[in-house]
Amino acid sequence: MQQNKIEFLEEKAKQVRADIICSLASANSGHTGGSLSAADILVALYFEVMNVRPDQPKWPDRDRFVLSKGHAAPALYAVLVHKGYFSRDHLWTLRQAGSILQGHPDMKRTPGVDMSTGSLGQGISAANGMALAGKIDKKDYRVYALLGDGELEEGEVWEAAMTAAHYKLDNLTAFVDHNHLQIDGFITDVKSPEPVDEKFKAFGWNVLCINGHDMNEILEAVEQAKATKGKPTVIIAETVKGKGISFMECQAGWHGVAPNAQQKEQALKELGVEVNV
Amino acid sequence: MSEKIATREAYGLALAEFGAQYENIVVLDADLSKSTKTEEFKKKFPDRFINMGISESDMMATAAGIATTGKIVFASTFAIFAAGRAFEQVRNSIAYPRLNVKIGATHAGITVGEDGGSHQAVEDIALMRAVPNMVVISPADAVESRAAVKAAIEYDGPVYLRFGRLAVPVIYDKDNYVFELGKGVETAPGNDIAIIATGMMVGSALEARQKLSQEGINARVIDIHTIKPIDKDIIIKAAEETGALLTVEEHVVNGGLGGAVAEVLSEYRPTIMKRMGLYDQFGQSGKPGDLLKLYKLTPDDIVDEAKALLQRKP
Ligand SMILES: Cc1ncc(C[n+]2csc(CCOP(=O)(O)OP(=O)(O)O)c2C)c(N)n1
Ligand SMILES: [Mg+2]
Repeated sequence: MQQNKIEFLEEKAKQVRADIICSLASANSGHTGGSLSAADILVALYFEVMNVRPDQPKWPDRDRFVLSKGHAAPALYAVLVHKGYFSRDHLWTLRQAGSILQGHPDMKRTPGVDMSTGSLGQGISAANGMALAGKIDKKDYRVYALLGDGELEEGEVWEAAMTAAHYKLDNLTAFVDHNHLQIDGFITDVKSPEPVDEKFKAFGWNVLCINGHDMNEILEAVEQAKATKGKPTVIIAETVKGKGISFMECQAGWHGVAPNAQQKEQALKELGVEVNV
Repeated sequence: MSEKIATREAYGLALAEFGAQYENIVVLDADLSKSTKTEEFKKKFPDRFINMGISESDMMATAAGIATTGKIVFASTFAIFAAGRAFEQVRNSIAYPRLNVKIGATHAGITVGEDGGSHQAVEDIALMRAVPNMVVISPADAVESRAAVKAAIEYDGPVYLRFGRLAVPVIYDKDNYVFELGKGVETAPGNDIAIIATGMMVGSALEARQKLSQEGINARVIDIHTIKPIDKDIIIKAAEETGALLTVEEHVVNGGLGGAVAEVLSEYRPTIMKRMGLYDQFGQSGKPGDLLKLYKLTPDDIVDEAKALLQRKP
């Protein structure tokens, strides 16, 4: 049973990666590397962890997700499609005028998007807000957020880290997509946020370090986060930018570039997935 | 008018060019040096380039600190983060003490395109124009951008420079073009109506002027590259000589170029006018060309508005 579940999630992640590739190729612009590094975490959250109702996206008691690294929108959109929030056809309108799928998440246009993001550093504050409201209303929904490791260079992230610990937001779980790259290169070369784990510890968080591409480890960490009372949890997920496509892996150059038709075909071949666009 | 260059490109090249002559220039960026083109400066002068990481507020106040030592500091990021996220650092640490920091804000306006509304600054002119001590410059093409960078270097005080992402036509001749801070440019003559534009909309206004001339309408095109301090004289003269003013900007009409021109007219010479731009709206994702159509900012739209305005002319 457990093994079946993991295989199911891994298969979903593969399909989600294929949809990320195809939607970006059809848009001919967008953020490939950081969408692929986040894919497994998003699949685990939406298909196993979060209590949501795709036919009722604004259900007040739902668990919430904030994509603080909003540029990974294609990963979120692909997951929302597979979850049934809206039809697949929308994926091929990504980033076009009038589309419900904006370049960065837009809660007013896209069913299932809980917060508009895109300006780095702000999403984690908004997630705190949702968690604080949950405490005020004595609701037991949980809030999840996903941050980039370059995003940790924003001072606001650390203001928010202080807020979450001070208000004992144990209903909040943040992931850091620790893929070691930002736009201008390695995070340690541009402006190092390391040691990330020690920083969050010092800020009063429960800190878990995992392989962000291992479904077992992701699910296990979330269970530990749920069981932790009195403080927020951060799951520092070791990831590979561009994960799953050999020629995109660990390449800063694939941050904000979409695959062309030929690169798309090669990527799909590597994934072993056929997509009908 | 065939060659096309993005003004951000001209900005990066100008920094690299003037960096040799002005050894006290220091350039800061916030993980966008490939996009803002400050990497051109970084390649030539790595010791005077500082990547601040994704920390725009920190970058602005750091720039202020560097400027206190007598250096000329250029701090660059997208306009939305320069004027938006770091607004108060710009206001209190740069403008209030009147420090010598130049803010190189790229990716302004809706022609950012596919990244969408979260990344399209459509209110930065209004924000920066409201700040005391701040000079606001919005160049029309690559030639004017280079000249604006030079003028900003030679001016002692805070300057906000607004550049675009999209490649746009080069409209000025680089050997003859003269940039004067605070002075508008009469880019093309005409006495039936004046189209006052800024940024890439100057090129669109020139295209519109051609189309209008085929219908016997002679439109003057005025390029307001310095939005603050604004050139009152060129606006009042246009009002006197044409009697109808159309402003065009890639920005909300409130508080931007249209607002600035309206302020001058209502105080000195009330004249009928129309402001083209965004009307209390955010941008969205799309190809730049599609968005210009959607938000009615193409040369054809300018032609339509010019004709409509002429109908109202007394
Ligand atoms: C406030 C802000 N500054 C700059 C940007 C431009 N930007 C988009 S993605 C990015 C790099 C992000 O790096 P990281 O957080 O590590 O993301 P990932 O590697 O997961 O893609 C930058 C600087 C932005 N979106 N928001
Ligand atoms: Mg990263």
